[in-house]
Amino acid sequence: MQFLITTFWIVFFVAAALCLGWLFRTMIIRLAPTNFAASMRRAPLTASFGMLVILLYIFVALFAPVLAPFGEREIVGGEFLPWSSEHLLGTDNLGRDMLTRMIYGARNTVGIALATTALAFVVGALLGLLAATVGGWLDQVLGRTVDVLMAIPALIFSLLLLTIFGTSVTTLILVIALIDSTRVFRLARSVAIGIVVMDYIEAAKLRGEGLWYLITREILPNAMAPLVAEFGLRFCFVFLAISALSFLGLGIQPPTADWGSMVRENATLITFGDITPLLPAGAIALLTVAVNFVVDWKLHEASGLKE
Amino acid sequence: MANIWRMLAQRLGLGLVTLFVISLLIFGAAELLPGDFAQAVLGQSATEETVAAIRAEYGLDRPFHTRYVDWLGSALQGDFGQSLANRKPVADMIGDRLANTLFLALYAAAIAVPLSLMLGILAALFRNSIFDRSVNALALTSISFPEFFVAYILILWLAQSGLFPSISRFSVDLPLGQKLYNTFLPALTLTLVVTAHMMRMTRAAIINLLASPYIEMARLKGMPPFRVITRHALPNALAPIINVIALNLAYLITGVVVVEVVFVYPGLGQLMVDSVAKRDIPVVQAVALIFAAAYVLLNLTADVLSTLTNPRLMHRR
Amino acid sequence: MGTQSKDNPVLLRIRDLRIEGSSEDQWTEIVRGVNLTLRKGEVLGLIGESGAGKSTIGLACMGFVRDGCRFSDGSIEFDGIDLRKASRAEARALRGKRIAYVAQSAAASFNPAHRLIDQYSEGPVFHGVMSRGEAESDAVELYRRMQLPNPNEIGFRYPHQVSGGQLQRAMTAMAMSCRPDLIIFDEPTTALDVTTQIEVLSAIRDIIRQFGTAAIYISHDLAVVAQMADRIKVLLRGEEVEEADTYAMLAQPREDYTKSLWAVRSHARPEQPPVTDGTPIVSVRNVTAGYGQTIILQDVGFDIHPRRTVAVVGESGSGKSTAARVITGLLPPSDGEVFFDGGLLPPDYRKRSRDQLRQIQMIYQMADTALNPKLRIRDLIGRPAQMYLGLKGRALDDRVRALLSLIELEPEEYLDRLPSELSGGQKQRIGIARALAAEPKFIICDEVTSALDQIVAEGILQLLERLQSEFDLGYMFITHDLSTVRAIADEVVVMKEGRVVEQGPKTEMFQPPHDPYTELLLSSVAEMDPDWLTNLLAQRAAT
Repeated sequence: MQFLITTFWIVFFVAAALCLGWLFRTMIIRLAPTNFAASMRRAPLTASFGMLVILLYIFVALFAPVLAPFGEREIVGGEFLPWSSEHLLGTDNLGRDMLTRMIYGARNTVGIALATTALAFVVGALLGLLAATVGGWLDQVLGRTVDVLMAIPALIFSLLLLTIFGTSVTTLILVIALIDSTRVFRLARSVAIGIVVMDYIEAAKLRGEGLWYLITREILPNAMAPLVAEFGLRFCFVFLAISALSFLGLGIQPPTADWGSMVRENATLITFGDITPLLPAGAIALLTVAVNFVVDWKLHEASGLKE
Repeated sequence: MANIWRMLAQRLGLGLVTLFVISLLIFGAAELLPGDFAQAVLGQSATEETVAAIRAEYGLDRPFHTRYVDWLGSALQGDFGQSLANRKPVADMIGDRLANTLFLALYAAAIAVPLSLMLGILAALFRNSIFDRSVNALALTSISFPEFFVAYILILWLAQSGLFPSISRFSVDLPLGQKLYNTFLPALTLTLVVTAHMMRMTRAAIINLLASPYIEMARLKGMPPFRVITRHALPNALAPIINVIALNLAYLITGVVVVEVVFVYPGLGQLMVDSVAKRDIPVVQAVALIFAAAYVLLNLTADVLSTLTNPRLMHRR
Repeated sequence: MGTQSKDNPVLLRIRDLRIEGSSEDQWTEIVRGVNLTLRKGEVLGLIGESGAGKSTIGLACMGFVRDGCRFSDGSIEFDGIDLRKASRAEARALRGKRIAYVAQSAAASFNPAHRLIDQYSEGPVFHGVMSRGEAESDAVELYRRMQLPNPNEIGFRYPHQVSGGQLQRAMTAMAMSCRPDLIIFDEPTTALDVTTQIEVLSAIRDIIRQFGTAAIYISHDLAVVAQMADRIKVLLRGEEVEEADTYAMLAQPREDYTKSLWAVRSHARPEQPPVTDGTPIVSVRNVTAGYGQTIILQDVGFDIHPRRTVAVVGESGSGKSTAARVITGLLPPSDGEVFFDGGLLPPDYRKRSRDQLRQIQMIYQMADTALNPKLRIRDLIGRPAQMYLGLKGRALDDRVRALLSLIELEPEEYLDRLPSELSGGQKQRIGIARALAAEPKFIICDEVTSALDQIVAEGILQLLERLQSEFDLGYMFITHDLSTVRAIADEVVVMKEGRVVEQGPKTEMFQPPHDPYTELLLSSVAEMDPDWLTNLLAQRAAT
């Protein structure tokens, strides 16, 4: 019976998501400026659903204090209270309001992941473009260093570093950003290598242009599309990695509201068939799905493949 | 053939060097601690004497390079020193758990590899069909799910109804069938996560090839679609596919950590997470070294195999 | 190529063929109502510029359309079978067996994972024409007939182990493996050097004659088609311009478009008298250069004077582009020096002054990769003027507009466009404007017309000529195409395998006696005479 009910819910969610995506797309096509509307018209339902979700998350994260019924760390009642009109999603293992913590989680979890990704990107992309443009020994040194760092599985490496430096939000951001910047470096370098061999770069070099002009005016604009897509994918990886660490109790530390740790704190409920602890996990999943759908569409569009 | 052997020797040498640098990194990272690890582990409240005792016991007063050489030397013989938390030899703690983790990873790989190759090839063959789109959306979705989410959904779905156990009782002396049954849910979780990645990459590799002029040529020679895929696309897709498999088997290593914790599976991942929480540095170092070695080995194997499937490298001009 | 095929039964009849291609979600017609009739044993030439729909029609003869295209109307009848109505299986049974295909790039069209002989045997064995053993011995026989070296052994090599010209012949042999009634040749010699092209052309012609195979020969080069085809059909943007017997068409083309294809060939500017005194603008002396251990240029030297065009001619791998890299300073030579206006140039461009960099400009073969796709025309042309001449604001804007007028593009319309919004010829003009913006004395033109259609190329050559006399420019014109040399050069430098074989004024170079290599190169350029290949082969056999 449980099996059938779950199956029903999965089908229901997929159908609802596609409907929402369709509604959102129709709305955008009506309201947006013409050229954006034209590109939206070609967007698959999955992508428009993804955009809707991302907008929703941004909204919740920005207005968390306004939306949340209680304070982030406020203990408002008994432990593990069931869903009720007062506590829509019940309370957690310490008696804090689940809904409130879900809302604040959007701010904390997404915010930290975003900061980490941005840091990884600035470092990785800059070094990658530099290595490809300058070449020679700089490229060799950076390339070999990244090879070695990438030869250690990411999660294992972050566990090792967290053991040594301890678990605080700052170390978490630095450690994950370091590890992910190696992946960004690889991509940025390989994209730039393809651009550097172009005749227009040779022409710019022969014109006597400096390194900064070459990178910012000639190479970066041409590398933007793959880099933006990579930012989306990288964000998903970082977001999942931080959530996994938090779930393991080694990431974002209590009492900060964070989706990964919320799953861990309330996991015991699952054995009683209560799905509440799955909600934060679902929130993580939903955002990554959304970002992936949008990136997938953009990549497909950029690759110029025809249906 | 001589140059093939030379190339293989080069790759092997490079792998060993990488492994060596990694070991240096893993061991040396602990040196970055402010003070030293005796102090870090015991905390601020520790007395001078206890810190000194730990230092003496772990030989922290000796210079870095001699400690490193000792550590690596004994690690190569299977001796990883003593745990800080319970003073037991690290090797004893690892022993069975390594085998358990390997069992789980192989179990998942045995399902995931054939499944994802098949799905990937079918999706490439019927690209842009409903089948392709739904498999793709499904894959994208399961890539996006955190492993613990997948795991808990499976528990709710399959364990609540009593079909499979949600806690994986596992010991070496259980009969194989029982082992497979007990660990079905963790293996399925890993399979779902890895299959999605592998299937998408396989599909991309094959579609990439299908745009080549020699594929058009094969079609113009009147070859049916299935033969075009198996005889003309696949031999050229082997190298990318091998790399895809290696990459994802390596990914299994990472995935295993979270899954072991959810299902309380007695493997290396769980040990590592416990030890990180206790800041039991010798154990973490040992487990990290083992995972990294497995990872390097996988990539090395993939590298060698894809070299062997490349006619340009096998048959020089 | 005989007149006897006129009475043969019809093999292929295409009526009102229409094919659409999709771009940006819209279907546009790329083949617009083409009719075609081919008799058994007959060779039809399809000629046209890029975008004429030649390849699409060629593939349609096999009942095949590429992904992203579709048949919209018309019929394709091959030996009584309507290919548009035939099932997939029926169409497949014909492909490779009765209609075969030879692609433009043999290197890309052979499967890199299999040996040549395996790819040869695949068709006959699969279609049930021969057993594997028969197919293998047949392969050796056909390799021999295609004049491939070591026919017994070459089949056991992988494609990457065989040269381009040989692969193209092996591909023709493969197409012949089932003894088809019809072979589609899609620009089979376009990627080859002229001297290799001759060998491949004669081998192809021999084998289709021996087996009496009908063929459709697609090319953009009229002179090449004339050697191969009984009849020629001229196409323009998916429509037929005219069709006639080869001799008749060459003697008297009816349509203006066809005539314009001829006109390009006949253009030649009068040679200016050679300069004997005065300082050359660029002087290359005893240059030896290469990458690492491989030496590419050996003891190369030549002079280029102001207002003169020196054409550097050679086949791929002759080192002509490397010579340009030495002059620009991208590849410092291991020996020898380069002088500019009498002064020694630093070997590495990074060591040159801004003014030295300004004086030597370059125009590239592929305008697509030579212009940054993300910059607007205004910035592409404006940057050198801003950098070298310090122009800003209003002055810069005026200068860019003046440059655009100079290259015959309307400034208002083009200033704010991206390169992707221009045609191939217009992009090349922007490349020229960018070089001019630096106000140089010397410009290197690296195969600037070889990626363009003939008529567009003609316009570019005329523009370059005009600019030369207006600004006293010295040109180094790198090309593999001797008709371009004839059109534009004052002096010619012939290169082979990194050495200068011969150099001198153009008139001398085109008059005997020649160096043997120059002779080979000159005689290998196809001429607008259907008997040229036959005569040339007879002549070469005699000597």
